Amino acid sequence: MTPELGQLALVLAFLLAIAQGVLPLIGAWRGNRTLMAVARPAAAGQAVFVAMAFLILVWAFLHFDFSVQYVADNSNLTLPWYYRIAAVWGAHEGSLLLWILILNVWTVALAAFSHKLPEVFAARVLGVMGLVAIGFLAFIIFTSDPFGRLLPMPANGADLNPVLQDPGMTFHPPVLYMGYVGFSVAFAFSIAALLGGEVEQAWVRWARPWTNAAWGFLTLGIVAGSWWAYAELGWGGWWFWDPVENASFMPWLVGAALIHAQAITEKRGGLRAWTLLLSIFAFSLSLLGTFLVRSGVLTSVHAFASDPRRGVFILVFLAIVVGGSLLLYALRAPKVTGGKPFNILSRETALLIGNLMLATAAAMVLLGTLFPLIGDMLHLGRISVGPPYFGLLFPLLMAPIVLLLPFGPFLNWGKADGGALKQVALRAGIAAAACAIVAAFFVQGQLKAVAGVAAAVWIAVGVLLYALKRWRELPRGRRYPAEMTGMLLAHLGVAVFVIGVLLSESLSVTHDVRLAPGQHEVIAGYDFRFDGVHRTAGPNWRADQGVVTVQRDGRTVAVMHPQKRTYAREQVQTESAVDAGVFRDLYVALGEPMDTNNIEGAWALRLYYKPFIRWIWGGGLLMMLGGFVCAGDRRFRIKRIAAEAAQPTTTPQRQGSPA
Amino acid sequence: MKRLIPFLVFALLVGLFGFGIWWNSWHDARYVPSPLIDKPAPDFALPKLDAPEQTVSKASLLGKPYLINVFASWCVACAEEHPVLMADGRRLGIALVGYDYKDVPDDARRWLREHGSPYDLVIADQPGRTAIDFGVYGAPESFLIDAKGVIRYKHIGPLTPEVIARELQPAIDAVKREAP
Amino acid sequence: MSGVAEPRRSAPCARPGSSRKAFRAQGALLQVLFVALLAFAGHAFAASGAIEPLPFKDHAQEVRFQNLTKQLRCMVCQNENLADSNADLARDLRLEVFQLMQQGKSDDQIKQYLVDRYSDFVLYDPPLKPGTWLLWFGPLAILLAGGAVVTVAIRRRNRGGGTIDNDKPADGGQAGNEPADMGDDW
Repeated sequence: MTPELGQLALVLAFLLAIAQGVLPLIGAWRGNRTLMAVARPAAAGQAVFVAMAFLILVWAFLHFDFSVQYVADNSNLTLPWYYRIAAVWGAHEGSLLLWILILNVWTVALAAFSHKLPEVFAARVLGVMGLVAIGFLAFIIFTSDPFGRLLPMPANGADLNPVLQDPGMTFHPPVLYMGYVGFSVAFAFSIAALLGGEVEQAWVRWARPWTNAAWGFLTLGIVAGSWWAYAELGWGGWWFWDPVENASFMPWLVGAALIHAQAITEKRGGLRAWTLLLSIFAFSLSLLGTFLVRSGVLTSVHAFASDPRRGVFILVFLAIVVGGSLLLYALRAPKVTGGKPFNILSRETALLIGNLMLATAAAMVLLGTLFPLIGDMLHLGRISVGPPYFGLLFPLLMAPIVLLLPFGPFLNWGKADGGALKQVALRAGIAAAACAIVAAFFVQGQLKAVAGVAAAVWIAVGVLLYALKRWRELPRGRRYPAEMTGMLLAHLGVAVFVIGVLLSESLSVTHDVRLAPGQHEVIAGYDFRFDGVHRTAGPNWRADQGVVTVQRDGRTVAVMHPQKRTYAREQVQTESAVDAGVFRDLYVALGEPMDTNNIEGAWALRLYYKPFIRWIWGGGLLMMLGGFVCAGDRRFRIKRIAAEAAQPTTTPQRQGSPA
Repeated sequence: MKRLIPFLVFALLVGLFGFGIWWNSWHDARYVPSPLIDKPAPDFALPKLDAPEQTVSKASLLGKPYLINVFASWCVACAEEHPVLMADGRRLGIALVGYDYKDVPDDARRWLREHGSPYDLVIADQPGRTAIDFGVYGAPESFLIDAKGVIRYKHIGPLTPEVIARELQPAIDAVKREAP
Repeated sequence: MSGVAEPRRSAPCARPGSSRKAFRAQGALLQVLFVALLAFAGHAFAASGAIEPLPFKDHAQEVRFQNLTKQLRCMVCQNENLADSNADLARDLRLEVFQLMQQGKSDDQIKQYLVDRYSDFVLYDPPLKPGTWLLWFGPLAILLAGGAVVTVAIRRRNRGGGTIDNDKPADGGQAGNEPADMGDDW
């Protein structure tokens, strides 16, 4: 399977993307049904060729085709087959191919599920997706071709970076991209709405499931990345406010705001301009993130060289797409305040405050991430921004949301019932205070831990009270619509997340210790006995493997096997041993032997006790689930094909749906 | 007008990124400016590489400017820089003090025998403690110290003919003009 | 432009790309992508250098040391903190921090000691000075500006409060979605 076929496939995909991007938009503008009808077939064709290119690259990896430069750079003869597949997206060019593949996945899904959308609108949406694809395919073909040859062909390749040789690598990037790229759908809907002058009043309802699903994937991707960093790095850390992480977190924050703004716009008609703007922001931040870390702009913090040519290309693309959308917004966004009026005490207000905090948080993360660059530009010297900055401001900005969360569903649209709210406040407040007091005894009054318990109980009780209210007041089958269930799950997820973060941060114990075989060390009631180190080997590595037996109250709780692996080219990787538990993780990392010539002697070890750390990801998973469940609500499905006039006009159309 | 604000903010961002790309194309992204410029060099007392029983102190070097060049036998970039020093070291017109950083003395001596020594004097900082006082974070680094013992210029990374011509030589000349 | 090097056979920096020597050996693009793709992935190289039991007086001192070194940046592997970095210099500096702690210096004094030698860049917490006002007060300014917008928006929609109802869906029934049947009754 010649790699050149892959290049050809990409070129064909590019041409089809041009067809998909340009023709339907012209058709929608001119009312030309033939041109509009190009959208779906072009999208299908593009998807076929992109998939072909992707599969050809996978094939090249699986068959050790080292004549392809990219394969030679990222794999070698001893790399197991599952990591060879993951290696496809292990470096720049391949990951871009993955990006465009996933864009096509969403486009095909959109094409398939949009038959009930009005023709003009659907043409515009698919057209916008096509425009985005044009940009990416151009970028790949002209600057980042994964199929370039390496001649003469080497006998063996370099290797996939050992840290990427982990199940996380097979999972995290594709899922993360499903999220990142998924926001392109909400973006496409918004651009289509702006282009069409928002004739279609229900466009927000059509956009909601797509947005919720994308956000769900992004949540999962971020959780996977955090878990992977924890498992792989050996430091027990799960979030570092690193620019790459921030690049994925900003779209998540804006996406969360968007989901809630869409609810207001859909149900009450207000905030249309803001919803449009947020849709543009969410995808812009995705694009920004995807590119920020490979354009060289952030080398002020990351210190790897980059190809300025690529950086310029990306920047121009970004300027066109985002600049173009924002200009369109400035020209076409609704200027009149619409929607139903609402009282100061209402759900709308609460959601607005939530939106404000989330948007400000996203802006803060952007500011902190870019500030070193600003510092360079304004000659302020090398400025360093890290966890102390983000870790202080982020919780501060999220505190109002935590306070408002229990009230959410209890607040009515338009005008809320103060009495009901007071009841919620009282019950949740008392529960939170009581649990806080109890917790204080267990954690020796550590403020962070107590605050975590209080906040989590406050939110969780609010969620439970509402669930209970629905149970009591409504008959079976009408109690928990999917949209509401999703909301309850996601909000519960926030509570679980908060308690996980605050308890693990305040109660973790980390201890470096030197142990000879047979010696032990006690932390947090767990007795770690070091049983020595011996040599072992794997498919493409050899390792020094330690054995650590953990006991509690006399019973053996776990036998752990931390390793220090050596891969090809003398790269050493620490594989920490983790004993996972619902309420705590135990974690052991091997340091260095006291005597490098005698690995069976004493070693330095790092021991960790991490309580409630899995709740961090558990909370994230609940949030993800909430997003998916909400996306599945029947209410969002378009029930009937829109009754269209023979030629699309600019008069408002009625999107009828049976009750 | 209000609706144009996001566009304008974004335009600013694009400007920032454009600057970033341009800046990074000719700046070493890991470069951190030293806070010790125009401050007195830290007091030090380090053994000579060739004669460890003899100590060289800051006081003993006062009175004339000199260039400290931090190097080590394990340092790949130093091997790149070394030919430049061998060729142009004399022409700088200043005493060259080699500062052997966190090295095994035998390795360093062997390395200098193999590659030649452009230095007038070589001192050894095996533990690297004094280097912390100088703010050294990797080799090679070069410090220009004037007759009064004040650090006037620091270069991080290997010296190249361009850097010497553009920055180092002018700095050396300025410092020498001040000395009696 | 070659970069500075560090006394270790295998490159010390946990996150690839932070040491140019290692990064060249790996392949530039690998690093770029690696970091690009993974919202913080792990490290390829021995993390073990950072594990070194120091003779702390008690657990509280150990915790203080851990917190302090987490707030400091490793100057070699610039995207790692001093606590986690494998670099030789990081080990030297950790020892330095430890000795300063033993001498009774406070956290601020220790930070100042390092800043005197390595500049503000060694701190992850940007100091508050005119150059960083934008950084520290920017979010507040954004919050206030946003708050003003939200307040105006709420006020504008609050007119005629008495007629606010909360039953019917926004599209005036065009969509024909009866709230109760479609579960939109909350």
